[in-house]
Amino acid sequence: MAKEFIARGADLELKKIRKEFPGFTAIEELDLHVPAGEFFALLGPSGCGKTTTLRLVAGLETPTSGQIFIGGEDETETKPHERPVNTVFQSYALFPHMNVLENVAFGLRQRKIDEPLVKAKEALNLVQLAHLADRKPQQLSGGQQQRVALARALVNRPSLLLLDEPLGALDLKLRREMQIELKAIQMEVGLTFLHVTHDQEEAMDMADTVAVMNKGRIEQMGAPEALYDRPKTVFVSKFLGQSNLLVGEVESTSANSVSIEVAGNKISVPKTRAEKHTGKIAIGFRPEKATFTNKKPAASSSTNIIGPGEIIDIRFTGVSNQYLIEVPELGNITVFAQNIGKSPVTELGEKVWISWSVEHSFGLSDLPNTGEAA
Amino acid sequence: MAFAAFSSTKSNGTSKPKKTGRVVIALLAPGLAYLGAFFLTPLIALIMVSLQAQDPYGGIGDYIPAFEINNYFLVITEYFPHMFRSFSYALIATILALLISYPLAYFIGVKARPYPLLQKLMLTLVIAPFFISFLLRTLAWKQIFSNESWIVTTLQDTGLLEADQYVVGTPFMVIFGLTYNFIPFMTLPLYTSLERLDTRYLEAGSDLYASPSKVFRKVTLPLSMPGIISGTLLTFIPIAGDYINASGDFLGSSSTAMLGNVIEANYLQINDYPSASALSVLLMGAILILVAGYVKKSGTEDLL
Repeated sequence: MAKEFIARGADLELKKIRKEFPGFTAIEELDLHVPAGEFFALLGPSGCGKTTTLRLVAGLETPTSGQIFIGGEDETETKPHERPVNTVFQSYALFPHMNVLENVAFGLRQRKIDEPLVKAKEALNLVQLAHLADRKPQQLSGGQQQRVALARALVNRPSLLLLDEPLGALDLKLRREMQIELKAIQMEVGLTFLHVTHDQEEAMDMADTVAVMNKGRIEQMGAPEALYDRPKTVFVSKFLGQSNLLVGEVESTSANSVSIEVAGNKISVPKTRAEKHTGKIAIGFRPEKATFTNKKPAASSSTNIIGPGEIIDIRFTGVSNQYLIEVPELGNITVFAQNIGKSPVTELGEKVWISWSVEHSFGLSDLPNTGEAA
Repeated sequence: MAFAAFSSTKSNGTSKPKKTGRVVIALLAPGLAYLGAFFLTPLIALIMVSLQAQDPYGGIGDYIPAFEINNYFLVITEYFPHMFRSFSYALIATILALLISYPLAYFIGVKARPYPLLQKLMLTLVIAPFFISFLLRTLAWKQIFSNESWIVTTLQDTGLLEADQYVVGTPFMVIFGLTYNFIPFMTLPLYTSLERLDTRYLEAGSDLYASPSKVFRKVTLPLSMPGIISGTLLTFIPIAGDYINASGDFLGSSSTAMLGNVIEANYLQINDYPSASALSVLLMGAILILVAGYVKKSGTEDLL
C-alpha cells in the first residue's frame, strides 16, 4: 500500500504554476493556498484555466513550471494514481462495465483496503443510493450518477477532493439540492474541497473562499461576502454579480474619500474602498444598492446622486424589478428594486435621479474597456 | 371529439400491425430466399452427401444415398490429427494476431486521435494489403522464405537452421502466413472499439489509484471487449477452415495439412465425397460449439 488511509483534509499549495499548451498559455502564473478542511471555489468563465488548474492538481496534466504541494509534500512530479487526491469529473466518468457498487469500490480495491464492498456500501449510504448498488451507471439519472461519482471519490477519504463542475449537467432544482447536500457532506467528512465552477451563485453559496480566475490568473480571492461587497477589478465586479461602473478623473480628495466628476455629478468613494486614489479611476456600485426617485434628492456628503435619467427598460424577474435607466453622457445604469409592493416609479420614459450611499461604492484598480458600456 | 379520436386510433391499431407485418415480410423475402437457396439447400445437400455409401456396383466416386453415420466415425479416427492441427493453428494465429493488432489498433484509435491525418494514413496502411490478391501475397511470402532466398541461406550460415532445414513447409511458415493474412480482420474491429474508447474513463481510473497497467487491465481491456470478441471471431473462424496457407502449393506441406486441405483433397483428388462432406459438417459444428461457448463465457451480451 503506497499511502495510508487518510481521514482528514490536507492543504494545497500551488507555487508559481505555469501551464502552456501548444499554441496558447492556459495558466500565466498561479500562486494559491487552500487551507486544510476548506471548501474552496475556483470561479471563472470557460477557458480561464480553472479546469486546467484542477487537472494539474489531480496529476492529469504536468505544469510547464512551478510546484504543487499537497499536505506539505511536493507532488509536482508524482503520477495521478500516487496522489492522495480524488476527482468528481464533470462527465462523472463512471465505468460503464461495472455496477454502481464496483464503481465505488474501485479505488479501495486498487489500494488493497480491507472490505472494499462494505466501505463502498457505506459511502453509497452517505449519498442515499445504497438501494441502487447493483445497477449499471447507464441506468441511473444524471443526479444519481453525480452522487455515485461523489461516493466513488469520497470513499477513498482523499486529502483533497477535486470537483470539476460536477453540478453543471443538472437542472436547476436538482442543482440546488445537490449544493446543499455537497456542503453538508463536506462539513461532515471534513475534507478539503477544491471546486471548479463557472456558476457564481454556486461558488458564493457553497465555498468558504472563492478565487475568481480570468485569463489564466487569479484576479481576486476572498470570502464570498467580501468579494461581492468590494470587487477590486472590472472583471470581478462584472462576473460576480452585476455592477454599474462610472469612470472619471479624480477631482478632489478629502481625509477619507476620493471623488470623481462624471457628467456634472460628483461621485465619491471611501478611500478604504478604493484601489487607486489618483488619475482616471472607475467607481462602481451594485444595482440593488441604488434607489431612484422622480425628484432630485437633497445633496449630501454620504450619498452619491446621478441624473436625471430616463427609464428605458423594465424587466420583471419575480423577486425584483430590474430597471435600465439611460443617463445622458453616462450610459445605462441598472437598478434593482425588490417587489415589496411599492416601487418608486414603474413607468417607462419616466425621468428619475439615481442615488446610493457613498459607503456602497467601490473603486476599482483598472478601467473598463472603451467598447464596453460603463 | 374525444370519442372520435379514440375510435380512430383504435381502428388504426387493428389495421396497422397487419400492414407493417406485410412490409416486414416483403423486405425480408429477398434475404430469406437467398439464405434458403444458397445456404440452407446446400447445407441439407451436404449433410445428405455426408451420409452416402459407396455404390457396390460403381467405381471410384460413385455413391448412393444412404444413412451411413459410420462415415463420421471413420473421418474422425482418420483425420483427428488434422482437426487438432487446424484448431491449434487457428488458436495460435488468432492469439498472435491479437497481440500484434491490439497495440496497433490502440495507437491508431487512441494515441493518434489528435492527428486525424496520421490516423487515416495508418488505417489505409492496415487495409492496403487488400488491394493485392490474397493468393499473390501468400505466394510472395513463399518467395521471400524460399529455400534459395538470402533469409534462409543466412539462417543456415549462422547455424540457426541446419543445412537441410528450410522454412517453407514448416508449421512456423503456415502460422506466419495465417497470422499475416488475417491481421487486418483483427485490427479493424479492435480499432472501431478503441476509437470509441472514452479516455476520461482512463483518467478516472488513474485518479482512483490504478497504475497504468491496472488501468489497462481493469478499464481499457474490458471496454474494448466487443472489439476483441469480434476480431477473434473474424480471424479464428476463417483460419480454422483455411486451406490456402497450409497447402503444399503455398506455404505448407503434407505435414502441415489442415482440415481445409483434407476436405479439398477428398473432394477434388480422392473423389471421396461423403468423407469430405462429413468433415465439412464436423468443422462447422465444432466452430459453432467453440464460438457459442466463447461468446457466452466472455459475456458479450452486456457489451454488444
